[in-house]
Formats: sequence, C-alpha cells, structure tokens
Amino acid sequence: MYSNRSVSTQKRTCPLLSVQPVRGLLDEKFQIAVTNLPPNQKVTLHSLHQSDDKDFWEAFGHYVSDEHGSVTGFKDESLGGTYDGTEPMGLLWSMRPIPGKKCDVVRISVYSGHLSQGFSQQTPLATSVTERWYVAPGVKRVNIREKEIRGTLFLPPGSGPYPGVLDLWGVGGDFVEYRSALLASHGFASMALEYLTPEDLSLEDTDASYFEKAYQILNNHPMVKKDHLAVLGLSLGSAITLSMASYSKVIKPQCCVCISGSHLMPVEKSLSELFELMKSHADKLCVNEDNQVILRNLILSLPCQSTKVDVGRIKCPLLLVNGDDDQTLPAVESAEDMAMMMEKAGNRHLLEILMYPDAGHLIEPPYSPHFRATNYKLEWTKEKIVMLWGGQTKPHAYAQEDAWKKILAFLWQHLSAPVSTVTSF
Amino acid sequence: MALLWTVSTEVGTCPLLSVQPSRAQVDEKVQIVVMNLLPNQKVTLHSLHQSEDKDFWEAFGHYISDEYGTVTVAKDESLGGTYEGTEQMGLLWSMRPIPGSRPGLRLRKMNILTPIVIHISVYGGHLSQGFSQQTPLATSVTERWYVAPGVQRVNIRENGVRGTLFLPPGPGLYPGVLDLWGGGGGLVEYRSGLLASHGFASMALEYLGPEDLRTADVDVSYFEKAYQILQNHPKVQRDRMAMLGLSFGSAVTLSMAAYSKVIKPQCCVCISGSHVFPVDKSLFEVFEGMKKYIGRVQVNEENQVIHRNIILPIPSDPALKVDVGRIKCPLLLVNAGDDQNWASVESAEDMEMMMEKAGNRDLLTVLTYPGAGHLIEPPYSPHFRASNFILQGVKEKIVMLWGGQTKPHAYAQEDSWEKILAFLRKHLYFSSNFAVKAKL
Repeated sequence: MYSNRSVSTQKRTCPLLSVQPVRGLLDEKFQIAVTNLPPNQKVTLHSLHQSDDKDFWEAFGHYVSDEHGSVTGFKDESLGGTYDGTEPMGLLWSMRPIPGKKCDVVRISVYSGHLSQGFSQQTPLATSVTERWYVAPGVKRVNIREKEIRGTLFLPPGSGPYPGVLDLWGVGGDFVEYRSALLASHGFASMALEYLTPEDLSLEDTDASYFEKAYQILNNHPMVKKDHLAVLGLSLGSAITLSMASYSKVIKPQCCVCISGSHLMPVEKSLSELFELMKSHADKLCVNEDNQVILRNLILSLPCQSTKVDVGRIKCPLLLVNGDDDQTLPAVESAEDMAMMMEKAGNRHLLEILMYPDAGHLIEPPYSPHFRATNYKLEWTKEKIVMLWGGQTKPHAYAQEDAWKKILAFLWQHLSAPVSTVTSF
Repeated sequence: MALLWTVSTEVGTCPLLSVQPSRAQVDEKVQIVVMNLLPNQKVTLHSLHQSEDKDFWEAFGHYISDEYGTVTVAKDESLGGTYEGTEQMGLLWSMRPIPGSRPGLRLRKMNILTPIVIHISVYGGHLSQGFSQQTPLATSVTERWYVAPGVQRVNIRENGVRGTLFLPPGPGLYPGVLDLWGGGGGLVEYRSGLLASHGFASMALEYLGPEDLRTADVDVSYFEKAYQILQNHPKVQRDRMAMLGLSFGSAVTLSMAAYSKVIKPQCCVCISGSHVFPVDKSLFEVFEGMKKYIGRVQVNEENQVIHRNIILPIPSDPALKVDVGRIKCPLLLVNAGDDQNWASVESAEDMEMMMEKAGNRDLLTVLTYPGAGHLIEPPYSPHFRASNFILQGVKEKIVMLWGGQTKPHAYAQEDSWEKILAFLRKHLYFSSNFAVKAKL
C-alpha cells in the first residue's frame, strides 16, 4: 500500500503516534503504535506525568522501527530504558520521579534516537495525550459525614441497589479515595473510610465501634444491597479487616480481601493502644544502610501470641494478597500462621492466598508506578522517615495487574451470583 | 479462574452491564456485554441520550441471554427493536427521537468540548415503549468524544475569514484539511475536531449563514484566503493539504481544485456532491443561477422537499459544470444511492466521463453506498430520512428529504469514514513525493 520511500531532505509530515484509548480507566490497558517513521529508525517512547505535588514522573523505552516504519507497543521489544522486553504498559508502571528537577494526564511522546535523559530539552517527533480516569462516567461521589464517621462513598450510575465495599486504606497520611472510585466504576457501592487523619477524630475514639458504625451506614444506604457487603483493606486496613471479621457482632461481610496485612497487629481496642504498643517497641525498628526504615521486624517482635487476631472465628471467604518482598509488614509469615490457625479451627477452606514473588507492600490498582521506598511520617511518633516498602519494579507491576483482576472477580463471585472474571472481554 | 455456580431463584440477581470503553471517541466501537442474567432470559438493551436541544433520543434491541446468562451485543442477534440482527453499534446508529418528540429533528453536537453522554440500560423482558416508567436491571453511562485530549481549538477570525482550527497535540508539523459543510450553513466543528484527533490540522470553515457574512462577499477569494490561513499556520505542513466537502461544500471543493491558482491540495474528498453549478463567482450569484431551476424541486405527500432533480438532467453545457478534467490531485467521491437532496450518483457518472476524456480518470475513486441518504457523516450518529431545514436567502422553514434507510446508511457512514481517513493518510502522511499519483 505504501509508495516507495525516497530519502528526502525535505521536511516530511510527522510520524503518527496513536494511544488507544485516549481516555481510559486507571486499570485499563492501552495500545501504543507509531507509524510513518523511516524503516529501522531508533526511537524512544516516553511518558510524562505531572503529579498533584507538581513533581514530574517519566518512563521511557528504546525501540527500533520495523521495515514499514512502525513501532507497536504490544508486540515490539523495548531494548532498554526504564523497562525492557515486550511490555505494553511499561510506560506507566515503570515511571519514576525525574531526578532533581494526578484525572491524571499523561503525555506519550516519540523521540528520535535512543535517549535516556534530557527529554525536556528535546523536541519530540510526535506527542499524544492520554487521560487516566479514576471514575467511569456517571459514577457519583457522596461525602459521608454522619456523626463522627467520615468517608467518601462512590456509587455506580443508575438506581442500584449495588453490592457494597467498605474500603480501608492503610497508613499513609493522606486519605485515599481512588480505589473506591475505581470499584464504583466496576459496579460496587464503595466507601473509602477516613479513620486516621481527620483532626476531630482522636485515635482513642477509633475503635471497633467506629468501624461498625461505618459498616452500618454503608449497609443501610438505600443504594446498597443489604447484606451484600465486602470489606477490603490494605496494610493497617487489612489488620482492621481481620479483626472485625473475627470479632465483630455487627460486621458480617459476605467476603473480605486483605492486601499486605497481618493478624499480628491487635486493633481490637482503639488505634491509640496499637500505636502505644508500636512506640514501646521502637527499639526493634530496623534501619538499613540507605537509612530506610524496615517496619516488618517491629511487628514480628510484638508480643502477639495472646493478642494476634483469632482468624479461626472468621465465617466468610477471605482473600489474602501478599508480596513476598514486603518490608513493611510480615505479610507472608502472617499468612502462613493464619493458614495453620484456620486449619486447626476447621475454616481453612474459606482462605485463599495470592502471593507475588518480588512484589512489595503497596499492592495498589494496576499501572501506578512502583516505589521501593518513600518519604513517610510514622503515625505513632509523627517522625519523618523513609519507609522501605520493598519489591522490584517489574514483578510489582505484574502483581498489581494480576491481583486487581482477581480481587474484582472474587468480589463479584461472592457479592452477586457467581460470574466469570469481570475483565474477560 | 474456576467458575462456581449456585442456582439462584432470585430473578436477575445483580446483572453486570459492561460498556467498554466507557469514554470513547465518536468513531470508536463499544463492546456491550450483560452478564449474570438467568439463562435464556428475555431482556431489552436500551440507549438514551438527551441532545443539546433537550430532546431525547433512544434505541433498543430485544435479546435472549445464552445458557450462561450472558448477552454479548457484538455476537448475539437483536430479535427486534430499532435494529435487528447482530449489530455491535446498533444501539447508537438506530437512535431516534422518543415518542411525542417534536418532528423533523436532527441530532448534531455543536459544543464538542464536552462529550455526548449516553445511558445504556438493560431491562427485563422485551419492551418497546415506556422505558422511563420501568426500573432497569442495570445501567451504565458512556461518553463519546469528538476531540481527543490535548487537541487544541483555535478561533479563526482573520481577514474576513471565519472558522475554527483544531490542532492535534504535539509539535507537528501536521497535514492541513479545509473542512466544508453544506447549504445548512453555520460553523459546524465536530468533523474537524475528529480529524484533529486523527492527526490532521483541520479547519472548519464558516461561509454561509452568519449575519455579517453576506453571500455576495463569499467568492473564490474567500476560500483561497481560508486555505492560505491554514497553509501558513506554523504547525501545518504546507505541501500536505486536502479539502473535504459535504453537499454544497463538495461543489466548492471541486471548483477550487479545478480552477484556483492558489488552492492546490494534495487530494480532495467530496461527499454527496456534484460538479453542476460551479462556484466560480460569489455565492450570491451561484444561488441566483440555481433559482432558474427551482421548478424542478418537488414536494412529496408528507410535505418533504426533494431537491435532487434541480440538477437533472446533468447538463451537457460545460459552462454549467466544473471542468473536472483540469483536476490534478487524487479525488475521492463518496455518494449515497438514495440521495434525495443532490443527484450525486448521476453527477459522479458524468464526472467520470469528463475525466476519461480529459485523461485524468486515474485520479478518481468513487464510493457509492446503496440505501444511504445524503448526509453521510462520521459513524454511529443516527439516521433520519428527513429533517427541518432553513432555506438560504429565503429564510423559509421546510422539511428536507435526505433519503436513505437506517441500516444501509449506518453502514455507509462507518465504511466511508474508514476509507476517507485511509485516503487522507495515504496522500498526506505516507506519500513522500509532491506529485504522487493515486492508486487506492
């Protein structure tokens, strides 16, 4: 179809860079294709994102166009960069902060040659802009401020009622909504519960009754299908989930998902008591040569034989999602111990464990970049440290993508009549 | 992943309706799948849209779920509704105004910086009406956009020329497309927005209708100025230009391509147009010339105006036709077999003869779509056989018959758009020489 190419010193029209879809959900794949390059040309595919904090993040891969002058993201191999091999989503999950120098808008560009830096000083051959949305169209965001319970409820479009998810983030400072927003985009009425940051909520008051009230608010909501609820937690949120599922007379979900959690953290009383306990064991906090804090050992040192959550009492299906390079919580050891406890108690059949080699602690929805360690403020001392989460970038990216699919399928399986995996089209 | 089945006696427990992608470009297909129904359950898939004029448009299809309780629109057959058979996009292109709407409506989006929002729902049973009184089993909202993120919209008000330029994101340079609509007039941006989303710097030109632009002032030099504004833009590749016209815009395109010393595009696309009544004087004079043949315009029993005969029979007098033998660039004609507004098919036959005689027949490609109507637009927009129209100059409100049947018209829009984009890419992106001869 194409005419013979003559080498032209005349300026030609630019290569065509296509990113499909240009508006995607955070957990959707995209297809990147470049055409109209000269054959066998070295080019660099580059992604750029400016976060809410105004930091710039980027990723890049080195490619060589084929004999038709094309580069196809899902078929061709990156020969180097922040990712290599055939990685259709590498331009997102391998992003890292630009040294020295959030809907998220990502600019995908193609540069001539194989560059590894100085992208901002070069003019790209072509640029495409893609939006990555936390919410599908029609999803409604509702502020929850009922007495002392604070959170954000995301509702799918339509009149419902919908299965509900109580979404508990972990420690991390800011209140995080986007996982609930994505869950609502997949048909769940999901409430992201605020339990750590608000000024008017003291840690003494954040006890079991706080979470029970939150659960009831969700269960009683007119757009939520009563008693079709799940609790989903990450990190500390997982510890809370396990505790509630085991002991609460009010919280009786159809299923639970615990990401990177541990049953060794007693959260039955108030959070302030947990944090007092952590403070008192501060001497067990390890710090590596890079001055990064490894929290897992502190947790392992807690006197837990009497205080660990009695998971033998859990009556609903439980999915554990762990990375085996988790440096923050001893998720893998906890999971093994939980399996033993449940075997003894006779409810082992309720337990499913997903373990991802070389993934770190923060297993989040897919395609968000991986960070092995970040700046952090310890809740119980307000000290500023660098927390080591663990994991290697590529296996962590794989874990996020695979875990999310399985979490969605697990939630659908237990909250409505069973279906095959949600993302199978 | 293993499937676990439990028999549920509850009717349609939480059916899962998925519309992918949830935010799409207007010319992109969507996958609509319903899961978690009962096996062999009768359901109706329904689409609803509220236009900018506040009218409601809807479409629906009757389906039966398979033994797994799944309906896949792209694979399964609609047994009835506003469309039948296996039609992946039927819920979009078969939309029509809901019962009780005002007559003669045409669906167009004028503000393209916001998306078209469509509610897709699945209802229990086979319904054909009363959707608003029923509660659906599930609903999904999908957006359809004419512009991709990063596309820039630039107002053009230069030298008397009025239009809107859409630029793709990035440094360029981009091929330029001068985009001309027809006798309905006004400034219609959506096709240019879409072209920019495909990598073309496209300028929608206003040349009919606004108060301060009189037809006496719109002549060849108006179009030449517009072309040059586009060509001279710093992000436009000056030797990669095209003209794209619909209806009367095609007449302008053919005239410019044949006669103008300024407008020398690399290729042209003419949709539902004709070479009769050359635009070589002011529009005022062209319309005066057309008035002589007004007696040929008919009105049918439904009071709809049939305009096509105004140029029939195709004149043999060369002064009444654009001398298409002079055209030097590849030319793509897109015509509708049931065009009731312009005799575009007959015109194309005559143009082919003229070009054969002149020796430039190899530049011509003609696509004719049986059963399609005059208004061949970007895909998946609804078809209407006739709609309200305001006649130029006379300011008279009539109902214009465009022609076509819904399903073949939808096919024509989908197929022609793909071919138009391929044609533009071939001549504006992938060719490396100036004077390239076309062989589609």
